[in-house]
Amino acid sequence: MTAVDIAWAVRAGERAAGDVVEEHLARIEAREPELHAFNHVLANEARAAADAVDAAVARGDDPGPLAGVPVALKDNMCTRGIPTTCSSKILEGWRPPYSATVVDRVVAAGGVPIGKTNLDEFAMGSSTENSAFGPTRNPRRPDRVPGGSSGGSAAAVAAGLAAVGLGSDTGGSIRQPAALSGVVGIKPTYGVVSRYGLIAFASSLDQIGPLTQSVADAALLLEVIAGHDPLDSTSIGEPVPLLREVVDAGVDGLRVGIVEELADAEGVQPDVAAAVEQAALALEKEGATVERVSVPSAAYGLSAYYLIAPAEASSNLARYDGVRYGLRVDGPDAATMNARTRDAGFGPEVKRRIMLGTYALSAGYYDAYYGQAQRVRTLIIRDFARAYERFDALLGPTSPTTAFELGAKTADPLSMYLSDVCTVPTSLAGHPAASVPFGADADGLPIGVQVLAPALGEPVMFRVARAIEEAAP
Amino acid sequence: MVDEARITRADVEHVAMLARLALTDDEIEQLTGELSAIVEYAAEVSALDTADVPPTAHPLPLVNVFRPDDPQPGVDREEVLGQAPATEDGQFRVPRILGEGL
Repeated sequence: MTAVDIAWAVRAGERAAGDVVEEHLARIEAREPELHAFNHVLANEARAAADAVDAAVARGDDPGPLAGVPVALKDNMCTRGIPTTCSSKILEGWRPPYSATVVDRVVAAGGVPIGKTNLDEFAMGSSTENSAFGPTRNPRRPDRVPGGSSGGSAAAVAAGLAAVGLGSDTGGSIRQPAALSGVVGIKPTYGVVSRYGLIAFASSLDQIGPLTQSVADAALLLEVIAGHDPLDSTSIGEPVPLLREVVDAGVDGLRVGIVEELADAEGVQPDVAAAVEQAALALEKEGATVERVSVPSAAYGLSAYYLIAPAEASSNLARYDGVRYGLRVDGPDAATMNARTRDAGFGPEVKRRIMLGTYALSAGYYDAYYGQAQRVRTLIIRDFARAYERFDALLGPTSPTTAFELGAKTADPLSMYLSDVCTVPTSLAGHPAASVPFGADADGLPIGVQVLAPALGEPVMFRVARAIEEAAP
Repeated sequence: MVDEARITRADVEHVAMLARLALTDDEIEQLTGELSAIVEYAAEVSALDTADVPPTAHPLPLVNVFRPDDPQPGVDREEVLGQAPATEDGQFRVPRILGEGL
């Protein structure tokens, strides 16, 4: 049952939120041992929240647009008094003293947080295998990864363990797992959703967004979480974009470009490339014009990203020093305590990125690496701006491949990084992007088509995404 | 712009010190190879001519954000201290910080 259907039925008094929660908890009990989508299931908290929704309905009050909808929260979003781990040993036992703004907004809208989902440690990864608590498996094919880093939320939604999920996307961490798990994933424009209480990875890129069964569900959830937050000074002051009322407006007259640098990127599976072409044809049939377009500097997106994101991460993760929260490994002096704590608490990928970022920022290399990457970022923004003079929205693959086997890329970090080649360029520009399921490969594994739009172009992006969803085979 | 910057074991040890990571010998060994490969890939950004291109640090044209200086309740002090590995007299307690030449 979609979130739109659940909320409608609960608000109308036709279904009890309590029953909806029990159904989801029963599915969690059945499938969670195999999938490991969650770090922490909030069974009692969800039952209490559902009871409150049902009580509001009984009183004749409107519990809100997400009434009774079970929501999976990526475990890098703070929940007051409830463990929040980032799937890292370094935060083991930590209970945040406040909740993320998105969590408060979901609850205020009648949503029911049902669990904290697994992720690649500190959101660094593309398979959810970099979790200190073990990998999540793809519900479609448990020998495959669900993608990452929001793999737990993607798997939870794909398996019906939650009606919707929230993820965070720095270089593709919502869109890529959505593609590999066969669900819808939205990375909103940078600044549309408050990041207060989202544990930081790379602050000039991080953005929270929905993972859902349908484009309409994503529109509903994004409207709930979007909007200015005085607690996040990078959140945009503009009013929340109205999405639900435009999502079915169709694509007649829209100009859509297929980005050559994404469609022809290194390692794109032929059936993934074919799905993008087929989605474009479907849009043409609905009245859009489609052409190929070049965004030349996008080809350098991944290189720039793997300098910028680790540089910011090395700074953000300096706070895990064994002083104020989480793990401490003692030493004779503070610096030794810091260094021992960090070596024991962080996993291999997090250490790799901290080292890479520290190196890129270190004396003698700063300008050649971090500085150059920031200038390339400007070129990417300019090239996208040029493309959007001619196009309303752009298309490409979300992930170059469909879901790969567990362990297939863990020995070679660079091959894992290439999973982000199609999602990273638009992240560097701060633009919104969506992944929509569109068919499957020869093994029956889901394919995701990516829709890109300019900053604050969510309304047109949702129209295109909805048309692709409608045409999906 | 960058010559084949082959990363050495000494580089890794130096960066680990900067990053406050007490890496094991095995980790240093492995990272020396991995970082070389990743940096070689990332250095492709050097191929683009960026003379006169300003850097982008942030996708929003943000300037300082001000608000009225009205006191608001913050997070609870005891709740925060309750999360710390060690506290004393309402403060975080750490091992000695002076005398190591750092």
